[in-house]
Amino acid sequence: MTSAGALLILLLATPFVASFAAAFLPPRGRNVAALLAISAMLLALVITLALSPEITSVAPARFAVSWAPSLGLEFTLRADGFVWIFLMLICGVGLLVSIYARYYMSPEDPVPRFFSLLLAFAGSMIGLVLSGNVVQLVVFWEMTSLLSFLLIGYWHHGAAAREGARTALIVTSAGGLCLLAGLLLLARIVGSYDLDIILRSGAFVRASPLYGPTLALILLGAFTKSAQFPFHFWLPQAMAAPTPVSAYLHSATMVKAGVFLLVTLWPVLSGTEAWYWTVSAAGLTTLAVGAFLAIFQNDLKGVLAYSTISHLGLITFLLGLNSPLACVAAIFHIVNHAIFKASLFMAAGAVDHEAGTRDMRRLGGLIRFMPVTTVLATVAAAAMAGVPLLNGFLSKEMFFEETLAARGQGVLDLVPTLIAVAASGFAVIYSLRFIGGVFFGQAPDTMPKRPHEPPVWMVAPIGLLALLCLVVGTLPAKTIGPYLARAAGAVLGPQTPSFKLAVWHGLTPALAMSSLALVVGVAAYILFRRRLLELRAAPLGKLNGRVIFEQLLGLVADRAPSWVERRFPGDRLQPQLLFVLLAALAAATVALSGSAISLHPSALSTIDPAFAALWAIGGACAIGAAMAAKFHRLAALILLGGAGLVSCVSFVWLSAPDLATTQLLVEVVTTILILLGLRWLPARVPFKEQRDLPTRLRRARDAVVAVVAGAGMSLLAYGVMMHPVNDSISQFFLSRAYAEGGGRNVVNVILVDFRGFDTFGEITVLGIVALSVFALLRRFRPAEESLGPTPQKLGRDIDQDPTGDAARGSGVMGYLRVPGLIIQMMAPIILLFAVHLFLRGHDLPGGGFSAGLTASVALILLYMARGVRWVEARIIVLPVRWIAVGLLVALATGAGSFVFGYPFLTSYFTYLDFGPLGRTPLATALLFDLGVFILVVGATTLILIAIAHQSLRTPRRAKAPAAGEPAGTEGT
Amino acid sequence: MEIVLAAAIGVLTASGVWLILRPRTFQVIVGLTLLSYAVNLFIFSTGGLRIGAEPVLRAKTGSLEAYADPLPQALVLTAIVISFATTALLLVVVLVARGLTGGDHVDGREGKP
Repeated sequence: MTSAGALLILLLATPFVASFAAAFLPPRGRNVAALLAISAMLLALVITLALSPEITSVAPARFAVSWAPSLGLEFTLRADGFVWIFLMLICGVGLLVSIYARYYMSPEDPVPRFFSLLLAFAGSMIGLVLSGNVVQLVVFWEMTSLLSFLLIGYWHHGAAAREGARTALIVTSAGGLCLLAGLLLLARIVGSYDLDIILRSGAFVRASPLYGPTLALILLGAFTKSAQFPFHFWLPQAMAAPTPVSAYLHSATMVKAGVFLLVTLWPVLSGTEAWYWTVSAAGLTTLAVGAFLAIFQNDLKGVLAYSTISHLGLITFLLGLNSPLACVAAIFHIVNHAIFKASLFMAAGAVDHEAGTRDMRRLGGLIRFMPVTTVLATVAAAAMAGVPLLNGFLSKEMFFEETLAARGQGVLDLVPTLIAVAASGFAVIYSLRFIGGVFFGQAPDTMPKRPHEPPVWMVAPIGLLALLCLVVGTLPAKTIGPYLARAAGAVLGPQTPSFKLAVWHGLTPALAMSSLALVVGVAAYILFRRRLLELRAAPLGKLNGRVIFEQLLGLVADRAPSWVERRFPGDRLQPQLLFVLLAALAAATVALSGSAISLHPSALSTIDPAFAALWAIGGACAIGAAMAAKFHRLAALILLGGAGLVSCVSFVWLSAPDLATTQLLVEVVTTILILLGLRWLPARVPFKEQRDLPTRLRRARDAVVAVVAGAGMSLLAYGVMMHPVNDSISQFFLSRAYAEGGGRNVVNVILVDFRGFDTFGEITVLGIVALSVFALLRRFRPAEESLGPTPQKLGRDIDQDPTGDAARGSGVMGYLRVPGLIIQMMAPIILLFAVHLFLRGHDLPGGGFSAGLTASVALILLYMARGVRWVEARIIVLPVRWIAVGLLVALATGAGSFVFGYPFLTSYFTYLDFGPLGRTPLATALLFDLGVFILVVGATTLILIAIAHQSLRTPRRAKAPAAGEPAGTEGT
Repeated sequence: MEIVLAAAIGVLTASGVWLILRPRTFQVIVGLTLLSYAVNLFIFSTGGLRIGAEPVLRAKTGSLEAYADPLPQALVLTAIVISFATTALLLVVVLVARGLTGGDHVDGREGKP
């Protein structure tokens, strides 16, 4: 790895490592977290500085590792001169914001969380600008959106913070998805995901027929991120974030990501009419609308938010002009804006912190209390307004020049120039208002606190940035000049224009425009100052992007779905199921129409009459169950079991003993389960139904659907069975099961070895189902009328119950005494059988599933015979823990293969000689199967016990508090 | 044999479909169980029906001519367990709905049928 590569990796890793560490600090660890953040940002800044000599004007510093080579994806970090400027902004402003935030954040807040998120954001931002692969770029892009959501919503107890965070996330991440699509298209045109290759293919991209959609999608991504009209509304809402977040995200980093992308892709995408019209129009509109609305804000941060929108519009407009010099101006303004806007946000935060409000109507005359802050904020605001000798002036001059240079001859071409002057005038007005209204004039009595100068470490970052405004503004060629030239060279390559940064260019039209804007702005401020304070609402209130967004969101997320739900196919289950069935039938008809049933040569053409008779019984059982399920539930259950047994026998008949075993056991457990549940269903007495015409029609319709579905399935099954099986992977399993899985029972080897990961997923599902059952039944109270002894039980000799506790939980003591005793004696034998099934599973039919089901049958039989209380007084039943242990055993077995350098769930096996016990196969798959076994026992037992425990429940009465739950086990 | 099993799958499906379109929760549970039988048999049958084929390897390796196809069996084994879990969950949801609504209609209320 080159030294540049090491630096790039270190730079990307530093904030993330620090973020991870900060996340584990105690909530009150404000100082430690701040120290961590400051050190990390400082380290990142030092690395960035050290990186500078590595970046030549010819090629960027690069580092690449293979990521998904089969897809042509590499993890690539690259830094050129332009990226370096961004890195300086991210790390420099990040450092200052971290220092500031230490003093800004209240010790009451969970500050480590704040710093952890801030560091993670810084890391994502660094990753975004360093990305040399466009897919990787989108990943970091979405990470910044996500972290911005968390940071804006940091004070999540406030509704404004939550809404602001939500809006920002929806807008920017939706844009991120567009960007992903756009960049994928771009990569498809070029044939590579590598940014450097894409950057060299500009002409090719612009000639491609896909250029239009690519441009549109990428612009959507950039415009949403950089708050361009009409997506600008998320930024003012995001002002609910803590001020350090705004100072960082909404001045220097997050919102600059969009323009960063536009600058980076400038050599690829710009230079066309489409680019010119969309980008410059969006920029110009944003510039004007943002500056105009900023005048009317009463919230200090609101002014800054709209001002940011307007400045981002300015940058976008410059990029849209298709002129290399304008692109240089855009890069310059990105830096300048970050510097003065970050200091202004921090100043606004200082005012808020000290005076207790950000409402300009309640503030004034702060110069008397905080003179230093006043001076610093005035300098920064003057830079924002474009006052000479400050950095904002320089880039604004370039902006005016470029606007004039882009002017054609027509009247319409004057519009950009006029808008530029007007927007600059607006900027002067809002900057004056920001300073004049807050720091000068009378101090109103309405200030919540008596302010004083903030702590020195809160002022120092503002001071440093204000100083930078001044230094860059007076000595541009000596300070930022070389870096700007390097950045421009990196972006523009051979197109790089020669430019000269100087404070005085002579009497130019641009200077005239600047002066005009200043004079008009000052005059307008003096004229309208009073009226601005009395304004209740900003103009264009109705045409607010936010209102439109909320309505759109309401439509998409609420009204449209509920309309669909109401109309199509309604909110009732039966029509829904009917709809699903009809859709499935239609799909199957379309898919299968025209296909013929071929004849399989080895089909079992002769029909065994016994098999036919078996299924005559099975079919009768199924139809009987369908008819009896309404009024004769027990009969239906027995018939259902009949159909299940017939399929069981079919499995044996057709050479599938494993299936038969499992099906039989599942049958038993399911029947017990439903039997336990039957008691809680409402009694249904058969009656002669009144069949009116609609009911008859409906039943006829359902019958037709059922018959059609059945006939269709018959045909499909017959067709599939007669279709010769080609190229199945079954042969692979048969050949390898013993050689690689160490088992002769191929089905079991597939489950625990070849497809062990699927089985792992499956037992996870089983565990989740059991826990859901447990959770659902924990709060369940049976209906009043199904409590108390059942009628069947009332007729029995409960008196013989020796404990006298026959009412609840011990149920059947009296009349099940003899069967109970037998079951009690049988239980260990059943358990032994389970162990037998488990151990032989690898070589003979059996395995973890069937063994687990058998063991739980033993347990539940005990419950049935002896009652809940009896069992739980004698056996510790902790099914929730069994589920956890089973899952962990399976996981640990699977992960064990990592130790030996194999992929997850690689199994190892050997045969061990146990002397008289014989040779026993020992495979790690057996251990995995043990996990399956434990989990199945746990899950099945948990489900059964949860239902069984319902008989211990007392009804929830209307008034009187429910009796305490009986002290039971976890299963209660 | 194929035609018998195909007919069986059809009957199971028809009964199941009829039941899941009925208004009572218990009917839906029985219907889903019948449907799962049908689906299990269907998946099982996709490998072709074999009578008397060895399910367990005698030698260290085997061929499809001599042994039963293990792949559909493994699939169905998984399906059996999952359908058991689904039935259990559904049953409990039904019980809780019964406790909460007092009835056993699938919509939680006795609407017009």
